[in-house]
Amino acid sequence: MREYFEILEEKNVIKFLFNIWRFSFFYMMLAFSASAYAQDNSDCLGCHEDKTLKGTKNGKEISVYVDSKKLAASVHAGNKCIDCHVDLKNSDFPHKENVDRAKCTNCHKEENQDYAISLHGTSAAKGDKLAPVCQTCHGSHEILPVKNPKSAVAPLNIPYVCGSCHREGSPVQVQRHIPQSNILENYTESIHGEALLKKGLVVVATCASCHTPHRVLPHTDPRSSISRKNIAATCTQCHAGIENVHRKIIRGELWEKEANVLPACVDCHQPHKIRNVYYEQGMADQDCLRCHSKPNLKSASGKSMFVDYSKLAGSMHQKVACSQCHTQVNPSHLRPCEGITDTVDCTACHAEIGDEYKSSIHGQLYAKNNSNAPFCTDCHGSHHVLGKKDPKSPTFAINVPYLCAKCHREGQKAAVRYTGTEHNIVEKYTESIHGKGLLKSGMTITATCADCHTAHHELPHTDPASSVNRKNVSSTCGQCHYGIQEQFDKSVHSPLVTKTDKELPSCNDCHTAHTIRRTDQDTFKLTIMNQCGRCHAEIAKTYFDTYHGKVSQLGYTKTAKCYDCHGAHDILKVTDPNSHLSYQNVVKTCQKCHAGANRQFAGYFTHATHHDPNKYPWLYWTFAGMTALLIGTFLLAGIHTLLWLPRSIKYRKELKEKLSHNNEEEIE
Amino acid sequence: MDNNFENIVEDIKPIEVQQVKRPKLQFQRFTRLNRVLHILMIVSFISLALTGMTLKFSYTGWAVILSHLLGGFESAGYIHRFFALVMVSIFVTHIIDLTKMKKRENKSWIKLIFDPGSMMFNKKDLKDILGTLKWFIGVGERPEYGRWTYWEKFDYFAVFWGIFVIGSTGITLWFPELLTRILPGWAINVATIIHSDEALLATGFIFTVHFFNTHLRPEKFPMDIVIFSGRIPLEEFKIDRPTEYKELVEKGELENYLVEPYPQIVIRAIKVFGWIALSMGFSIIVWIIYAMIFAYR
Repeated sequence: MREYFEILEEKNVIKFLFNIWRFSFFYMMLAFSASAYAQDNSDCLGCHEDKTLKGTKNGKEISVYVDSKKLAASVHAGNKCIDCHVDLKNSDFPHKENVDRAKCTNCHKEENQDYAISLHGTSAAKGDKLAPVCQTCHGSHEILPVKNPKSAVAPLNIPYVCGSCHREGSPVQVQRHIPQSNILENYTESIHGEALLKKGLVVVATCASCHTPHRVLPHTDPRSSISRKNIAATCTQCHAGIENVHRKIIRGELWEKEANVLPACVDCHQPHKIRNVYYEQGMADQDCLRCHSKPNLKSASGKSMFVDYSKLAGSMHQKVACSQCHTQVNPSHLRPCEGITDTVDCTACHAEIGDEYKSSIHGQLYAKNNSNAPFCTDCHGSHHVLGKKDPKSPTFAINVPYLCAKCHREGQKAAVRYTGTEHNIVEKYTESIHGKGLLKSGMTITATCADCHTAHHELPHTDPASSVNRKNVSSTCGQCHYGIQEQFDKSVHSPLVTKTDKELPSCNDCHTAHTIRRTDQDTFKLTIMNQCGRCHAEIAKTYFDTYHGKVSQLGYTKTAKCYDCHGAHDILKVTDPNSHLSYQNVVKTCQKCHAGANRQFAGYFTHATHHDPNKYPWLYWTFAGMTALLIGTFLLAGIHTLLWLPRSIKYRKELKEKLSHNNEEEIE
Repeated sequence: MDNNFENIVEDIKPIEVQQVKRPKLQFQRFTRLNRVLHILMIVSFISLALTGMTLKFSYTGWAVILSHLLGGFESAGYIHRFFALVMVSIFVTHIIDLTKMKKRENKSWIKLIFDPGSMMFNKKDLKDILGTLKWFIGVGERPEYGRWTYWEKFDYFAVFWGIFVIGSTGITLWFPELLTRILPGWAINVATIIHSDEALLATGFIFTVHFFNTHLRPEKFPMDIVIFSGRIPLEEFKIDRPTEYKELVEKGELENYLVEPYPQIVIRAIKVFGWIALSMGFSIIVWIIYAMIFAYR
């Protein structure tokens, strides 16, 4: 029928006549032999099995031999020749020259759709002679199942199939715009290539696993399996659950949701060379350094844009490429960095720390565009980021106080904003036990600013989430002073034990925040009594009325202070059998100093006052009696003296006269 | 200081200084032992007062300074206990001296104690008190005092009382572990109050009333050194203790008590010592008044 329409269309008289002949021949053949119309493979092979059979294609003489054995072994063994060579269906014999390419699309519709939109397909449609067609990869009559290792597209052969065009120096690589180079070599050396080619691991990713077999598209195409958007999905076909391993960076859902922000797989795991080596083309460090290694490079605003690569190479980020931090680079620009508008966002990798920072006072102020607020780089530096274990790092323990002091020293920008009561904190810290331990003894495990205030989650003490909030101080100190916290948590001062509206003391109430001293120093021992007295006013006053208190008041530490009897961190109610002052323990407590102490000795009132007749009648009345005696004696003696004084003045004169009179008498 | 004090001495022209210029025999009122005991008493009493007051008034800045000057509370404690022992020794020595006197005079205890010349109060003292009060208000003559005036006797027995009260409580405070085997714990608190307030009474009394009675009253001003030298010019003695003088003359024993006066250098040394003691006593009084009025708590 097709021929008939062609007649109508072409209006070619000669052809018209020829076709009348064909028609008549067709019907003659139809009447002649039924087998001739069937067009069996044997009909074709009758000629094409001849190894010497030649045909012409586009004017060239080619072999048209078909290996019947291979055909019989192929996946298409059950198909007829004309199922694929559709243009020869019902064709006259001998059939035409320049036979069309075998048609796969009748059966392989999906594959064809993919191929049609792929780079290969569109190029082929445009007539690109280098563009592959089905047969380029799959072969023709000998096509084997993919699972057959001998198949051209068996995993083990894929790199060779693709490599036949994409190997270095091939016309495709040379003449067409392929952004990658050394693809085959790199793949061969990659973890995938090694597994496949050296270890025969056929489940490993081949070219087709990532690029898809038929829908090969450039990575710039959003539909591409290797576009930034889709690469995660592509890799996770095999690397299922990789988000668990990469949690810090991608946090599962963010990986696909915010593919533009977060690094894609290939940012770190370079395509083809799937190792920890970065994407080289256009965004490699060398590309950046072409400009940024010049010491006099300046931005439009005059800021130096010089990067000392030797420092970067010695930093914690030596294996991190420029573009991993400066994520807005785009290799499609001549200057990949020209699209950069944002500052480096460290949270892409340091996600948890980033969250902490954002909720800290530093981060809150930064979010409000406060120019005083420190950013990551203010503490950690930029390209020369060193680990906190490196003594040269500003975040090395010994350097931390100086780092924080940059802003928190009196008069500096943070200290100026501060409205609380802690002043001269740097100087005080330096003189404290922690400061001395760190700065004088080099004890890097000593508490630095960051140990108490945290490194990234600093908050004012008024904030309930702050590590130095009253509620949290004991656990903050307890990070290092473990046993102490345990004792404190059981004591009357712990909010876990005492439920009260009054403010309970926390570590810093006795030990101070920044002036923390050795507890065996006299200054500490003497001030601690006043610390207790801040809340326990009455009992402290009466303590100072007894021997212990009086000696302490003179500035000596060798007598019992509050904590000697009550305990320091493990203060319990006296009624608690475990208290140092319970009936069971009090004598033992006294014996710490008074070796000979006995039960009655322990009855001494250490907080006695003679002003309370109800509580201490004996003391009250003794004192009253003594006072009466004193007043009585002085009253009598005073009256006597006062009466005597004027009389004595007169008597002095009389006496003088008498004496001189007597003397005169004697002389006479 | 020395010049100043000389000036004061010159200005006031104490009576005995004029007398010493003429080497005349003087009447000896106090034995050498009694004088030595009294000097020791002064030293130990002031030492006890200073060391004790640092604790009693520990809330004053003075106490803190003094305590450090004394070498700390422990050192002050040792000084306090040492002089407590000295004072008790003085007391014991005096008692021994009394028993020797009893032997020497061969009298019974009753007779010794109730002898008109003894320290014991007697009827004459009652008469003297009334007479003195009359004399004070100008309705009578100065009573003719005997060997000991009633205020001297009061001071003497005050020491007995003080030694007993302060000594016993002091021992309690010294050995609290031992004493609480018998006494309850609060007895230590009571002992502290008694010890401390009785000491306040003693120091207050000695450094004001006793100082006035013996040194500061105008007729003896600025000080009466008889307790150190033991000697008093005979003329003065006649007037001061007429009854005793008469009795001695009657008995013909006056000659036994007449001695050569001390050379000037000894007198000067005595005065230096006296001034130191006086000024320390006054300092303590100033400190007590300051502590009681301005810093009391």
